[in-house]
Amino acid sequence: MPHFAFPEISPAIPEMVLAGLAMVLLLFGAFRGERSTRLITWLAVAGLVAVFILGLGEGGPPHFGFYGMFVSDTFARFMNSLVLIGSAITILIGLHYDEDERIARFEFPVLVMLSTTGMMVMISANDLIILYVGLELQNLALYIAAGFNRDSARSSEAGLKYFVLGALSSGILLYGLSLVYGFADTTAFADLARLFAGPAPVSPGVIVGLAFIIAGFAFKVSAVPFHMWVPDVYEGAPTPVAAFFAVAPKLAAFALFVRVLIEPFGPLAGEWRQIIFFLSVASMIFGAVAAIAQHNIKRLMAYSSIGHVGYALIGLTAGTAAGIRGVLIYLAMYLVMTLGAWTVILCMRRQGRMLEEISDLSGLSQTHPGLALALAIFMFALTGLPPTAGFFAKLYIFLAAIDAKLIGLAIFGVVTSVVGAFYYFRIVKVMYFDEPAGAFDQPFTFELQSVLIVTAIITLFFFLLPGPVTGGAEAAAASLFVR
Amino acid sequence: MIHWPLLSLITFVPMIGVFFILIARGDEAVVVRNARFIALWTSLAVLALSVLLWVYFDPNTAAFQFVERANWITLGGFTISYHMGIDGISLFFILLSTLLTFLSILSSWVVIRVQVREYMIAFLVLETFMVGIFCSLDFILFYVFFEGVLIPMFVIIGVWGGENRIYSAFKFFLYTLLGSVLMLLAILAIYLQTVSTDIEFALNHANLFSFGLQKWLWLAFFASFAIKVPMWPVHTWLPDAHVEAPTAGSVILAGILLKLGGYGFVRFSLPMLPLASHFFTPLIFTLSVIAVIYTSLVALAQTDMKKLIAYSSIAHMGFVTMGIFAVTAASLQGAIIQMLSHGFVSAALFLCVGVLYDRLHTHEIARFGGLVERMPAYAFVFMVFTLAAIGLPGTSGFVGEFLILLGTFKVSTLECVLAATALFLAPAYMLYLYRRVIFGTLTRVDLRNILDLDLREKAIFAPLLALTLWMGLYPTSFVRPIQVSANHIIEQVTAAGNGTGPRQASLQ
Repeated sequence: MPHFAFPEISPAIPEMVLAGLAMVLLLFGAFRGERSTRLITWLAVAGLVAVFILGLGEGGPPHFGFYGMFVSDTFARFMNSLVLIGSAITILIGLHYDEDERIARFEFPVLVMLSTTGMMVMISANDLIILYVGLELQNLALYIAAGFNRDSARSSEAGLKYFVLGALSSGILLYGLSLVYGFADTTAFADLARLFAGPAPVSPGVIVGLAFIIAGFAFKVSAVPFHMWVPDVYEGAPTPVAAFFAVAPKLAAFALFVRVLIEPFGPLAGEWRQIIFFLSVASMIFGAVAAIAQHNIKRLMAYSSIGHVGYALIGLTAGTAAGIRGVLIYLAMYLVMTLGAWTVILCMRRQGRMLEEISDLSGLSQTHPGLALALAIFMFALTGLPPTAGFFAKLYIFLAAIDAKLIGLAIFGVVTSVVGAFYYFRIVKVMYFDEPAGAFDQPFTFELQSVLIVTAIITLFFFLLPGPVTGGAEAAAASLFVR
Repeated sequence: MIHWPLLSLITFVPMIGVFFILIARGDEAVVVRNARFIALWTSLAVLALSVLLWVYFDPNTAAFQFVERANWITLGGFTISYHMGIDGISLFFILLSTLLTFLSILSSWVVIRVQVREYMIAFLVLETFMVGIFCSLDFILFYVFFEGVLIPMFVIIGVWGGENRIYSAFKFFLYTLLGSVLMLLAILAIYLQTVSTDIEFALNHANLFSFGLQKWLWLAFFASFAIKVPMWPVHTWLPDAHVEAPTAGSVILAGILLKLGGYGFVRFSLPMLPLASHFFTPLIFTLSVIAVIYTSLVALAQTDMKKLIAYSSIAHMGFVTMGIFAVTAASLQGAIIQMLSHGFVSAALFLCVGVLYDRLHTHEIARFGGLVERMPAYAFVFMVFTLAAIGLPGTSGFVGEFLILLGTFKVSTLECVLAATALFLAPAYMLYLYRRVIFGTLTRVDLRNILDLDLREKAIFAPLLALTLWMGLYPTSFVRPIQVSANHIIEQVTAAGNGTGPRQASLQ
């Protein structure tokens, strides 16, 4: 009988801690019932923050575990931090919403924790199998979250739609993975990279598999033409869930996308670059043009997020360390801006009802000057205007694009950002130039206020102290290219 | 020389004013009053500081002065520094910005009644960005200020503008944004070529750019600056923006924002991309001449005072672009003088229109006539600025136009002759405007009781009047600081044209 050494599990300790905490909270909630929702929510946030702090302490060279199938490197740590921040904050800002809409259940924070665990696993995957396991763990939790408001037909529809399309994309992805395995005879990233970099010609089967994998990932990051589910799901799902979808899963899927294309399939950059190029251009154009006609702010944010995926993909198209650095900075800034914008959307409540129309923001500058200013800052940032964080995000992306001689892509990028400026500024216009439509319900909860203030300050004053993010992104991007 | 960071002070003192306005608390009326006074005193302090610049400026060197430098963002060899400094070209634009901001705030004293706090904040933020543009010696820093200007201006037009303000605000914003994002790509390309975002470095190493690259960079910069100037045929946003903007917004728009384009051509296109500038000179000349003749004719047909002055601005700026790209000492200095002069004169003309608008809430020419009977002081002020816009000797308008024509004549007689048609077109539309508004018989009832300029309005016009005459009668005080820097640029361009530049460039 062959002897197996006990696997090295230390790189996965944060994931294990998080999963364990989720189980404990689930049991706790099952015994204590709905009364404990608030407590469990705060404990979940504390748990995510604790894992985040745990991750900060780590450093140094890549740390492999589970026979090399799992890796904790600078890239993983950087993306994990972003995902953890995103998850923790969405739980926080969703708290009062769930209570007001009478859908507050202790399962929600637990689901978020579980899907976050899945995200962290997929970010750290160093093997096609682990990749898929992490992805599905994340997805299953998300399917339930999308339909969380069981009594609402819209929410159930969103959940179902997300499930069907998500399962389809997972199937496509899995098919691609099996094709690659079938032709390359290995699932380990390192072996794949070695094989593709070697002198032997790469089998067309691998290329076909790669195309399927990219299609699957494009679904997950919602790049055009695999974006159809996004506006419907964002609109239908409860707002905090939509905010969650807009941030953490997208970042995680993007991290996976980057890692898979750069690490195992890096030597095949010539094969996938044109696909990513197309995804990027199509997403930018579609995101900019389709958002113009939207009246619902959640749908608008959905199209906006599609556009932003297009910009981030520019960096991936470049495929260089500078490009990936740009992607990571972009994602970090996207996290802050988007969370901020969704927090404002969560503040939109009049006489106990949630509002979702852009026209409901009319004259916000007079009824709630602070809120209007914050949303204006986020809109400027999403446009990419200096001196906000959004400008620096785009700056590094375009820098990488020009460096990689992707001038055409860069021109597409700036022109679509001008088109996009139209709809972002339409919101500013509605808030500042139109007559007031009435005040929102006061007061905004402490959680909403503090998240709003922090994100607005980071967005506006990022230029004063960009070091931690840009430096972290630099190191994280470099760690993908050393092996 | 002084050793404290004067440029940073001038740039960021308005922000201190913004801070105080933001924390002002209390009764609505008290807050409004405080906001006005804080803005006024802040802008006055900034104006005083910027006069210090002129006092301590050394006109004998083309090097950048009052230089400040600090590392700002470092990332994998991509260092963006906080690098400020001015030379003879930027000096007066800073003074113009601070002066016009002060006058704008003064001119809005009673007119602006809604959201006064926000209005004052917008103007102070605008001042920071405008001054920042002229001080920046780092491309990214420059770009941040350059594009930042759009936000307060968008808000100023959109909130305090006229009937159709939303459309105009968006047109202004999207038009100019499109130009500047293309410039951003050029800036990044420059960085990748020189491995530095330092403007001074790029200016001194023009030979790093091959001719082919220069052409692309030039076009990208051109996209941005031509829209700002604005040159025909991308000028259409300007009349709309002017008509809808509040008076003070028009003042800043005509006085400063239009100059950004000309400043950009002088600062970047000429010295940094001399070969491409030479290559594209016929294009600029053609567009400039079309601008001068076509927009002058269009101005003749206007029924709205603001639109008329807006079109005349385009014509005047056509002179400027022609003078810049003729690249002779006379024409370049003339172009800069003309920009400054246009800064005073068009600002004053918009203020004149504003005076009438405050009283009758219209800028339709047909609504007026015979004002000289009721408003003699106003008629006098308006006349001086009308004559200055025409370019009458003794006013600032003459000096610039004369130098530009003088310089351009040596380069291209045909251009000069064609552009000179403006010398009779400008009097045609300006005097026609003046006659219809000021002379004639006072028939309308509501004009019978119209009040002449009050003390505040006189105080606004006095400095502009003095500057217009000073520059017209004794231009030397202005030319002297500009001269050395302008000549330095000419040297850089001719050096590149004489073969030293192209040979080095072809090695790339």
